[in-house]
Amino acid sequence: MVSKSRLHVPKVPARPGDKPDFSYLKLAPAGKTPRPDSNAPAGEIRYLPEGLVRVLDDGHQAVGPWNPHLDAKELQVALRHMLLTRVFDDRMQRIQRSGKISFYMRSMGEEAVSVAMAMALRPSDMLFPSYRNQALYVVRGRPLLDLMCQLLSNTRDMCKGRQLPVMYHWGEGRIFSISGNLATQFPQAVGWAMAAAIKGTDDVAVSWLGDGSSAEADFHHALLFASVYRAPAILCVVNNQWAISTFQGFAGGEYQTFAARGPGFGMPGLRVDGNDCLAVYAATQWAALRARTGHGPTLMEHVTYRAAAHSTSDDPARYRPKDDYAHWPLGDPIERLKNHLIRLGEWSEERQAALSAELEDHVAASWKEAVGYGTLTEPPRLDPHLMFEDVFKEMPAHLARQEAELRAELEQK
Amino acid sequence: MPQMNMIQALNSAMDVMLARDPSVVVMGEDVGYFGGVFRTTEGLQRKYGEHRVLDSPIAEGGILATAIGMAVNGLRPVAEIQFADYIYPAYDQIVSELARIRYRTAGEFSAPVVVRTPCGGGIRGGQTHSQSPEALFAHVAGLKVVMPANPYDAKGLLIAAIEDDDPVIFFEPKRLYNGPFDGDPHKPAVPWSTHAKGEVPDGHYTVPIGKAEIVRAGHELTIVSYGTMTHVSEAAARGLGLDAEIIDVRTMVPLDTDMICQSVARTGRCVIVHEATRFAGFGAELSATIQEQCFWNLQAPILRVTGWDTPYPHAFEWEYFPGQARVARALKAVMEAA
Repeated sequence: MVSKSRLHVPKVPARPGDKPDFSYLKLAPAGKTPRPDSNAPAGEIRYLPEGLVRVLDDGHQAVGPWNPHLDAKELQVALRHMLLTRVFDDRMQRIQRSGKISFYMRSMGEEAVSVAMAMALRPSDMLFPSYRNQALYVVRGRPLLDLMCQLLSNTRDMCKGRQLPVMYHWGEGRIFSISGNLATQFPQAVGWAMAAAIKGTDDVAVSWLGDGSSAEADFHHALLFASVYRAPAILCVVNNQWAISTFQGFAGGEYQTFAARGPGFGMPGLRVDGNDCLAVYAATQWAALRARTGHGPTLMEHVTYRAAAHSTSDDPARYRPKDDYAHWPLGDPIERLKNHLIRLGEWSEERQAALSAELEDHVAASWKEAVGYGTLTEPPRLDPHLMFEDVFKEMPAHLARQEAELRAELEQK
Repeated sequence: MPQMNMIQALNSAMDVMLARDPSVVVMGEDVGYFGGVFRTTEGLQRKYGEHRVLDSPIAEGGILATAIGMAVNGLRPVAEIQFADYIYPAYDQIVSELARIRYRTAGEFSAPVVVRTPCGGGIRGGQTHSQSPEALFAHVAGLKVVMPANPYDAKGLLIAAIEDDDPVIFFEPKRLYNGPFDGDPHKPAVPWSTHAKGEVPDGHYTVPIGKAEIVRAGHELTIVSYGTMTHVSEAAARGLGLDAEIIDVRTMVPLDTDMICQSVARTGRCVIVHEATRFAGFGAELSATIQEQCFWNLQAPILRVTGWDTPYPHAFEWEYFPGQARVARALKAVMEAA
């Protein structure tokens, strides 16, 4: 037989109508992956990407070397943050459908990644999120009202009407502006971390992108600069399996883990159960300590699942089985933490239901207040002349002329 | 004749070319199994297989670079960049490589790549789904730059682009995908079936690259436009009852200078309309060219109607977008000039 090259096209495990199939996932039982010292030389911990950092086992107990031993109160706070994020997301999704906001992106199924990481970091650490990290804002205490006003592009919008919904930023809370362009924040976070090292502070920069976005050149720029300068950064690939319709195999996840790219650049690659709040917390603690103590960056892969559509413009029923998430082997992050707390005797279904109702009320009340500041279609509206500000610090003459032209145009109408 | 919207017409162009020419391949993010986020490549992978219609990693620079390599090896890639706003990671490959391969190798190598990319606003897409960056490509020596304004031209120009031996940047005004748009967002959407250019032949035909079209003949002034703005301009002139000659540029590079300048020489008045920002926009090139060739025929300064020189603002879409009111003000000013 003559052998010749043949273009390989990555296989997608299940399409609409097929049975969900997650046999491709490399899993490890909770507690099995070892926890090296956080200052271990990268060359000695090249095995990490092949493991999976997990703490919560199938019986809802916290086990193994990565157990961060959080007290019940902290666990309840984490549960509250995750549930609030989900209630907020669900409500905004429904509101988008009613036409009050133009666009929305839910983080359903991925709440533990942002919640546990933000809780494990210090408030002075700088965050460079993607568009699916809204829970960072929840943990750092930005009122939902402010996020809603951004979604509405109304008179209290932090972006003054200039950005698509969900593209938040928060200077005081140390969360960088979200870009619609993919992966750009990843090397920017490394630059911030390099500056922290130049200035001699012990702050850490953290960034997130998706499995799909890791295909962008900026992902590779980030890893290269981080490793060359040993920047105090935590770089996270949130592997939620899907980039709109494109399966993670097309981003290079078919034969090796995303975490495995870390050792190729001379940095550790931690592969973490992204739906296990405790595992994410512990891994973040490990990487943050490593960064703060001068041992450089960590690449972290969060194995999770995008349970909802990519955005309100997407319909995943066209490209994957409808009941995929029900079969996801790592479960749901909220359910898992809830069951752990119940197992500890620190929570109950009744308290969960009461919390859920309380958060629904909080979201509803925030929304009611937010629409009072206007919506995209209802007054009060932002002054359109704001569009000419902040292009530059001082408005140049040609923009002032265009502003005057617009004023004349609007007066004539 | 069959009725098609612009998405169907573009799909038909790729279908025709995939069937006719085994060297044609289609590639891009979400274009294969899913059929594209705008459904433009729907059904093509099913029909032609995973080796002819490829789902790409999310890496625009990688898409362009591999398309160049494929083209150098004899294929004719039609690469989709999902939104023109996301083309910049590929800019180096386009500007430094794609545009110059023929030139720097004295013709020994060439890369006949077509880059399809949806552009323009009017869809509440904010600054990362609304840009019109045609001037950034028209400015680069070695690229042909095309923007159709209706389904018939979209199909004919895309087939011509695929058959062209030079690289073509093919902008698709996404606000026109489902119907002509006169700039008024409050009116109900109009489908392409109401428009003569919604009639699109099933088979192979081309619309030549490098030829503009007079979409309405007139005597009082010339409006030079392209993409969505040809429709807005038509409506604005009609609203004022002006006998305007309206030219759809269709191809920015190479530009049909003859048709444009002959028209302005006849009418003596000219307004240029595009959606992109004004400063150093393509309108500046049009204005300079017309002034050079028609100076002694001009009865009024050439005016430009454009988007403002700001990023595309989500909340102020219709104050940003150059709608009929802005076009009408310029038309009146040009008509009232001595």
